[in-house]
Amino acid sequence: MISQIFILSSKGDHLIYKDFRGEASKDSINVFYEMVTALSGDQTPVVMSHKDLHFIHVRQGGLYWVASTKTNPSPFTIIEFLNRLAALTKDYCGSLSEKSVRMNFALIYELLDEMVDFGYIQTTSTDILKNFIQTEAVSSKPFSLFDLSNVGLFGAETQQSKVAPSVAASRPIMSSRGEQSGKNEIFVDVIERLSVVIGSKGVLMKSDIQGEIRIKCFLPTSSEMRIGLNEELSIGKSQQKGYSSAVRVDECRFHQAVKLDEFDTFRILKVCPSQGEQTVMQYQLCDELPCAPPFQLFPSVQKDYVNRVLIFLKLRCDLPPKSTALNVSITVPVPKGSVSMSQELSSPDQTAELQPKNKALLWEIPRFPGGAQLSALFKVDVPGLSSASLLEVGPVSMSFELAKQTCSGLQIRFLRLAPTQTGLSQRWVRYVTHSDSYTIRI
Amino acid sequence: MPYFGSEEMVKELKRALSNPNVQADRLRYKNYITKVIRYMTQGLDVSALFMDMVKASATVDIAQKKLVYLYMCTYASDKPDLALLAINTLRKDCADPNPMVRGLALRNMCNFRMPGMTEYIEQPIVAGLRDKASYVRRVAVLGCAKMHSLQPNTDIDGTIVNELYALLRDPDPVVVVNCLRALEEILKDEGGVVINKPIAHHLLNRMKDLDSWAQSEVLTFLLRYRPRSDDELFDILSLLDSFLQSAHAHVAVATLRLFLQLASAHPAVQADALLCTSAPLLATCGAASRELRFAGLCHVQQVMRSQPGLFGTHYKRFFCGYSEPTYIKFRKMEILVELVNDENVALVLEELRSYCTDVSPELAQAAIAAIGRIAQTYSEKCLDILTGLLALKQDHITSAVIQMFRDLVWFCPQSTAAVCQTVEACVDSPQDSEALLWLLGEHGDQISSAPYVMEGYIDGLKTELSSAVKMELLTASVKMFLCRPAETQDMLGRLLHYCIEEESDVCVRDRALLCYRLLQRGVEETRKVVTGPKSDPSMSVLTGRQEEPISQWASTFNTLGPLSGCDLCPQTAVISAADQPSSSAEKELLPESTDVTLSSPDDTEEEISLSLGPPLSHETFEKMWLDLEILQRQTMGFPRPRTALDTLQAALQLVKIQTLAFTPGATVPWKAYIYTRSTGTLILAELLQGDQHAPGIDESLVVSVKQQPVNQHAIRGFVSILKGVLQTLNVDSS
Repeated sequence: MISQIFILSSKGDHLIYKDFRGEASKDSINVFYEMVTALSGDQTPVVMSHKDLHFIHVRQGGLYWVASTKTNPSPFTIIEFLNRLAALTKDYCGSLSEKSVRMNFALIYELLDEMVDFGYIQTTSTDILKNFIQTEAVSSKPFSLFDLSNVGLFGAETQQSKVAPSVAASRPIMSSRGEQSGKNEIFVDVIERLSVVIGSKGVLMKSDIQGEIRIKCFLPTSSEMRIGLNEELSIGKSQQKGYSSAVRVDECRFHQAVKLDEFDTFRILKVCPSQGEQTVMQYQLCDELPCAPPFQLFPSVQKDYVNRVLIFLKLRCDLPPKSTALNVSITVPVPKGSVSMSQELSSPDQTAELQPKNKALLWEIPRFPGGAQLSALFKVDVPGLSSASLLEVGPVSMSFELAKQTCSGLQIRFLRLAPTQTGLSQRWVRYVTHSDSYTIRI
Repeated sequence: MPYFGSEEMVKELKRALSNPNVQADRLRYKNYITKVIRYMTQGLDVSALFMDMVKASATVDIAQKKLVYLYMCTYASDKPDLALLAINTLRKDCADPNPMVRGLALRNMCNFRMPGMTEYIEQPIVAGLRDKASYVRRVAVLGCAKMHSLQPNTDIDGTIVNELYALLRDPDPVVVVNCLRALEEILKDEGGVVINKPIAHHLLNRMKDLDSWAQSEVLTFLLRYRPRSDDELFDILSLLDSFLQSAHAHVAVATLRLFLQLASAHPAVQADALLCTSAPLLATCGAASRELRFAGLCHVQQVMRSQPGLFGTHYKRFFCGYSEPTYIKFRKMEILVELVNDENVALVLEELRSYCTDVSPELAQAAIAAIGRIAQTYSEKCLDILTGLLALKQDHITSAVIQMFRDLVWFCPQSTAAVCQTVEACVDSPQDSEALLWLLGEHGDQISSAPYVMEGYIDGLKTELSSAVKMELLTASVKMFLCRPAETQDMLGRLLHYCIEEESDVCVRDRALLCYRLLQRGVEETRKVVTGPKSDPSMSVLTGRQEEPISQWASTFNTLGPLSGCDLCPQTAVISAADQPSSSAEKELLPESTDVTLSSPDDTEEEISLSLGPPLSHETFEKMWLDLEILQRQTMGFPRPRTALDTLQAALQLVKIQTLAFTPGATVPWKAYIYTRSTGTLILAELLQGDQHAPGIDESLVVSVKQQPVNQHAIRGFVSILKGVLQTLNVDSS
C-alpha cells in the first residue's frame, strides 16, 4: 500500500503532495529530493530507502512522480500505477509539464482522491473517473484566433485540412463540456520503437521492433469501434517465410477490453474506447525486419596530420522516396582530448558541433528524404593523438523519427464506429516510428 | 520551506476569506480557497485559516467541497478542537441523497487523523456498509480499516469483521477487494484475513470482473492459500493460466509468483509457468518506461538464477540502447555475462567491447569487468580484447584491465603466460598499482622488466599516499627478491630502510619489520612463508554458477527486494517483524525463513536453531571466506556419503544448511562449501576429503568452520547437526 504520493518539479518544488496514511512525516519529500539528487551515475534511483520508508519513483514530463511506502509491495504495480497517474494527468490537463501540473493542481488532487484511498488503488479507468471529476482543466495554451492551421481557406476542404495537426491530440479530454471547440475526434496511432545494431561491415546484427496501437479518444460517449488490421498479418514464427509479403509479428498482447472474436479470421479488433489515451495492442518483432533498416552508414576514419582525425561519413536513407525521416541526429564518439573541429556539410540546414564533455560530435539533419544520400567531413583536432585513439571513434548512434511509416508494415485498413454514434466524428490514423536505439559500429 | 513574508500572506487570505463581499461572489471565493491549497502544497503553514475553511465547507459546489476537505484532513490533527466543528457538516453530508456527496463526506471524515474521532464515525460507517450505492460501500469498507488504525490497541469489533466477511460477496468488485484489504489490517495481529477454500474459490471466480490493480492484489492474497489436493491445485492453475500472459506486467508477474508458490512441489509446472511468462517479462525489459524496464531486468535476473537457459536465445534483447541510463546498462551487462555460450560469445564480446570506450568511466569499467568474467571461460578471445584496450592508454581503462588480468591469472593459471607477455608490453604507464604489483610479485620470473618497474615505484615512494599500495609493494618486492635476487637486492634494502625508518603508517612499518625479520631467518625460511600456491583452481568452483532451486528466490519475487539489491532483504524482514504493516502476511510469504529447531542427535543436550535467511552470493561468500579465520577444524572420522550430490544438497537443505558449491563427485580432493545462519551469526564451512596436507587420513572428511560473529555454542551445534546428517546419509547409502 502507498503511504504518500507526491509530484516534484526537476528543481525540487512541491507541486502535489498527498498523504494517505499519516504514517510518514511530511519531511520525507525533502529527504527524497536530497537522495535523488545526490545519486551518482551508477546508482539506481528507481527504489530508494530511507530508514523504513521506501521511495519508488518514475520520471515523466521532466517531473518526479513519487510514491512512498512502508510495506514491501510489487514494484511493477507501483511503477505502472505512477505511469498511469502521469498518463491520466496528461489526458485531463492536455499535456504533461511542470506548468500544466501547477495550473491544474486542484484537478490532480481530485483525481488522486478518487484513485487512491488509504493507500489502496481504487480505480484508474477514465470511464469511472469522469463521473467524479468536477474541476475543469485549465489549458496551458490559451485559445488563439490566429491558430487556424486546421481550417481551410473559406472553409474549403483542402489537402491541408485532411492532415491532423500534430498538436490536435494534446488537449484535455474533458474540456469539451459546453464548449464548441471540443470536437468528436478519435486518434488511432500506430507507434513503433525501433532498436537496431549494425555491425562494422554493414551487417544487420540486431533488429527489434516494439510496437503499439494507441487510441486517444475524445468522444463523449463510448460505442463500439472496429479496427481492421492487415488481413495477411501473421503471428508467431512462420514456417514459409519469403514466399509471401505477409506482415508478421512475433507476438502480440491486447488490452483486456478488446474483443477478439473476429481477430483470428479477419484481423479485426473490436473495442469500446473510453475517453483518454489507452493502448489496445502491443506487439514485438525480433530479428526479421520486413524491410531494410532505414539508414546505412559508410564511414571512414583516418589519421590526417600529426594531431588531426578525419572522419568522413556517408549516410544513405533507405526509406521509400515518398517518406521522410525527421530530426535525424547522429552522435559519433571522438577520441578523448579532442579540442576543436571543422566540418564540411552538404546543406545549410544541417548543423554539427563538438561536445568535448561527452567526447562526441553531434551532426543534426532536420529533414532527410527517403532515397537520399548525405555526406559530411569532420576534421577533429586531438593533441597527442596516437593511432590507438582511432579505436575510440565509434560506435555511431542515431536518433530519428519516421512519420507516416511503420517498419513492421502493420497498417490499419479501416476504422469503423458503430452506426448508433450520433453527430459527426472525425477519425485520424497516424503512424510513427521512433528510434529507440540505432547503433552502427565502425 | 518557509517563505519570506508568509505570515503577511496568511493574514491577507484570512481577511479575504472573511470578507462578505468575497463570500457572496462564488468564483472569487473559490479562487481564494484554491490559493490556500496551493500554499499548503508548497509547505506553507496555513493552519490559522481553519475556521474560515470550515465555513467554506457548507456549499453545494462539490469541487469546492473537495478542496476544503483536503485542507481539513491535512490540519485536523493540529487543530482537533476546531475540526470538531466541521463534523456536523460532514455528518449531514453523509445523509445526502447524492451518493457522490455521501461517499466524499464519509471518506474525508474517516481521514481525520485525530483522537476521539471513532465515536463520530462509527455510526456513519456502519450505515455506509449497507448503503445501496457501491461507491459509498467502497468508502465505508476502507473506513473500517481507518477506524481501526485510529485505535490500534482496542479489541476487534466482531460485528464489523463479520460484516466485512459477508461483504466479500458484494457484487461490486472494488468493494470485494477493499474488504480483503480492510480485514487484513484489522486482523493483522491474528495473522490477517483468512483465505479458506470457499473464499479462495469465490475470489478466483471473480478474477475476470476485477480491474488489473485488484487482480494483482487478489493474487497476492491467494499466496497464503494452500489447496487441499492436487486436483484442486491444477483446477486453480488452469483457471489462472490466461493471466500469465496478461498485457499488464504487474498481473503477469503476480500470477507467476502465485504459480511458483502453489506448484512448489511440481517443478515441471513451475518451468512451464516461467516459460509462459518469459514473453511478458521480456516485453517489460523493452518497455517505454525506463523504470518498468529496470524492474523487468531485475526480475529476469532472479529467474535466471534457476533457469539460466530460459532467455539464452533472446540475448540480443539485452544489448544496451544508446540513450538508456547507466543503471539499466549495468543490469543488462550483468545479464549478458550470464547468457554467454559457445554460439553467441563472439557477438556478445563485440557488443561489450563497444561499451568499453563509453564516456562514463563507471560504465567502461563495468564493461571491462564483464569481459573479465567471460574471460574465465573464453580466455583467449577476451585476452585479445583486453590487450587491445590497453593501447588506448586511458587511466580508468588500463586500471580496470589490469585488475581483470590479476583475477584471470588467479582463476585460470593456463592464461598466465599470455597475461605476463601483455603486462610486459604495457607496464610503462602503470595505473592500478595494487593489482599490477601483485602480478609483478607473483609472476616476476616471467616478466623480464618487472624489477625496473618496481624500482620506479620504490623511487617514488615518498609521494605515494595509499598505505595499501605500500604494503603490496613490500610483499611483491620480497617475492621478487626470492626469484631474482641479484636485480632486487639493492632496491629491497632501500625500501625496507625507508618503510622502517621514515614511514609514519604503523601498519606499513609493521609489515616492513615482518619482512625484514623473515629475511633475517634466511631465504629458504622466507620462501616457505611467502610463496604460497600461485593460484587455486578449486576456487573456480565458487565462480561457476549453479542452478539454484526456485524456492530460493520465489519469496522475494515481485517485491522491492530484487530492485534494490540484496541489502533490502534483511531490512524488510526487520520491518515485518518490528513494524506494524502486515507482518503476519510477510511471515506467511516467507516460509523458508522460519526457523527450524533441531536437537542434536548424539552430542550434548544443546539446542540450536539454524535458518537459511537471504541467500549469499558467490562473491560475498568468497570474500568472507578469504577474510575470516578458521575457528574450528574437525575430522569427522568417516568418509563423505556416497550418495548423489543432489541428495546431499537436499538433505542439507532439510536441516537449513545451504550448499553453495561443490566439486564434481569423482575429483580428489573433493570440496564443498556450505553456509547457514543461526541466532544472529553466519556460519561458513568447507568440507574436504583427500587433503594433501594430511595424507594419512585422506579417507576421512574434514570440516573447517568460519563464523561471523563468533559464537562457539552455535558452531558446536552446527557441527553436530552436520555430523548427524552425513552419518544418516552414510548409513542410507551403505
